[in-house]
Amino acid sequence: MKTHDKSAREPLLRIVKRESMPIWKSMLIRVIAVLAGILICALLSVLVLDNVDFLKFIKTLFSGAFGTERNIWKLGKNAAVLLCISLAVTPAFRMKFWNIGAEGQTLIGALASVAVAYYLGGKLPTPVLLALMLLASVLAGAIWGGIPAIFKAKWKTNETLFTLMMNYVATGIVAYCLAIWCPSNGSVLPRLAYGHLPVIIHEYFLLIAVTLILTAVVFVYLYYTKQGYEISVVGESENTARYVGISVGKVVFRTMLVSGAICGLAGFLIVGALDHSITTTSVGGMGFTAIMVSWLAKFNPLVMMGTSLFVTFLQQGAAEIGSAVDPSFPNIIVGIVLFFIIGCEFFIGYKIKFREKARKGGSAS
Amino acid sequence: MNMLLDFIITAIPLGMTFLFGCVGEILTEKAGHLNLGIPGIMCVGGTCGCVALKMLRNSGLPWPLIVVLAILAAFVGGMLMGLIYSFLTVTLRANQNVTGLAMTTFGVGVTKFVMSPMAEGGGMSYLYALKYFRYPFQGRTDALKYCGIMVFLGIIIALVAAFVLSKTRSGLYLRAVGENPATADAVGINVTGYKYRATLIGSGVAALGGLFYIMDYAGSYEAYKSIEAMGWLSVALVIFTLWKPALSILGSFLFGLLYIAGSRIPTLLGIQLDMSATPLLQMLPYLVTIVVLIVVSVRKKREHQPPAWLGLPYFREDR
Repeated sequence: MKTHDKSAREPLLRIVKRESMPIWKSMLIRVIAVLAGILICALLSVLVLDNVDFLKFIKTLFSGAFGTERNIWKLGKNAAVLLCISLAVTPAFRMKFWNIGAEGQTLIGALASVAVAYYLGGKLPTPVLLALMLLASVLAGAIWGGIPAIFKAKWKTNETLFTLMMNYVATGIVAYCLAIWCPSNGSVLPRLAYGHLPVIIHEYFLLIAVTLILTAVVFVYLYYTKQGYEISVVGESENTARYVGISVGKVVFRTMLVSGAICGLAGFLIVGALDHSITTTSVGGMGFTAIMVSWLAKFNPLVMMGTSLFVTFLQQGAAEIGSAVDPSFPNIIVGIVLFFIIGCEFFIGYKIKFREKARKGGSAS
Repeated sequence: MNMLLDFIITAIPLGMTFLFGCVGEILTEKAGHLNLGIPGIMCVGGTCGCVALKMLRNSGLPWPLIVVLAILAAFVGGMLMGLIYSFLTVTLRANQNVTGLAMTTFGVGVTKFVMSPMAEGGGMSYLYALKYFRYPFQGRTDALKYCGIMVFLGIIIALVAAFVLSKTRSGLYLRAVGENPATADAVGINVTGYKYRATLIGSGVAALGGLFYIMDYAGSYEAYKSIEAMGWLSVALVIFTLWKPALSILGSFLFGLLYIAGSRIPTLLGIQLDMSATPLLQMLPYLVTIVVLIVVSVRKKREHQPPAWLGLPYFREDR
């Protein structure tokens, strides 16, 4: 065993939890972190990319996101899809159920929609077809989310790893269906002729509107219903939940059904309003990005509108900067800014105390 | 060579990619940290190795030194990524899942950014070293050519990791940290130090998987695009082998077999399998992992459980 001469001295730095912090102060810390992150990205771009200077970086970042009307609609569309999936993972996260299977749940939802449109398209009136697609998607997503939940509730099977694996099972099923549906076409499904959501005002308007309504619904569900309260209690402490008579297993299962169902809805929107087709990468990693978006918003649906918009803004703006070079550039930018935001949370939750007075021979541990 | 033998031998080096990632992740998870950044770390490792190879091309150094330097570069690249991860999750106590996913986003982005121009440059930018990495089988045309020096390195690392974890005092302390950091702290184990060391070494080891995949198994300019998928399989392999590095040698071989079964078994049996069956066969490693995960949690044998503190932050004053 080691000797303990260190513990006799007081360390130079000590970390203590903060009780609370005024909201303006915590927001200020986050804003500083974001700015610092963007600054680093800008410096990096100036160093790595040719003919990019600092001002041009900032300008392109904004023009890529807000430059033209088309870009703004695109921003709204991408943010809406991301928001929808983020809302889906939120109920589970609030009870500390780490569902990282949103990618698969959304994909399987999208697949269900495509399957309905593929087999029944043209045989049913469009409203009925759309309703069936929606139902199929929500069901498929709920099933995909429910399977890991059953095992979590019954045997405490690690949900993070389970849901992660389910993503790839979903990808495999999509690949299988594509191989069956269009073997002659290199497994590429052409755009479906049926099951399109109606276009109101703009092709992306309906999608954005549905997502905004969903945001309100999820917010009310989480903050103003008994079920939402139960989720919070389970997240806070399972023992407390058990003590006050909440059946933890039931809440876990029910919440994952809700989570999966919303993912399924997102899949339906992707198929019905945007792609009208499916590939194994239809969700394109948004299931993972959504986890970060939801966490950034502290699992609050209203704040999530802002965070999803922010992440999409970064991605789209960075894509504009990097487009000449490589489409992977946004990932680097988003990654770096996320590191800063993740890191800054520490300074909101904790504070560093220096040793009161220097003692002779004391060294930092 | 016999086709069955060819199939089996190909699975060994393919599995080796998973093995590096898996052993690295086991070390990290034993410290109680679920590092979902492994795919990103493997990508960055491959990138650093290839960049080093490109720079060393005209250096005139003897080839074993070039190989060693490339491996070192990959290791250091992985450790840098591990440093970001452990600084955020250990020192700043950030959420491990979110940090890990951000690492993967970042790592995959960096890799594509750096590697795609290197491939377009064509010529001999880094693949010239292929014959060195595939020593001593570089001249062969059958599956043995993939079994280069890093295959042996991988097996050695896995065995050493198994030995350190189960037979040495450091291994015992590390496991104590992953099971219950508060108790470990109370008996005077340097929790932060162990977490840092385990994550850094683990990330370095995982990073070798990326380099191995590009420079040995795949041996192509396109290889960097599929490292991410390999990384997720490595994370799956950790569960499949019940957090045991020695077992993961066998596990990686099995995963290798399952991974290529889709394309090999039909020709092997001389049957015409429908094209649609391939995706289903490729799903197998994940399905098998899920089954193992469930069985382990149902049986509740203590030596087969994940580290009890896996995924949870530790704050000394939080008791």
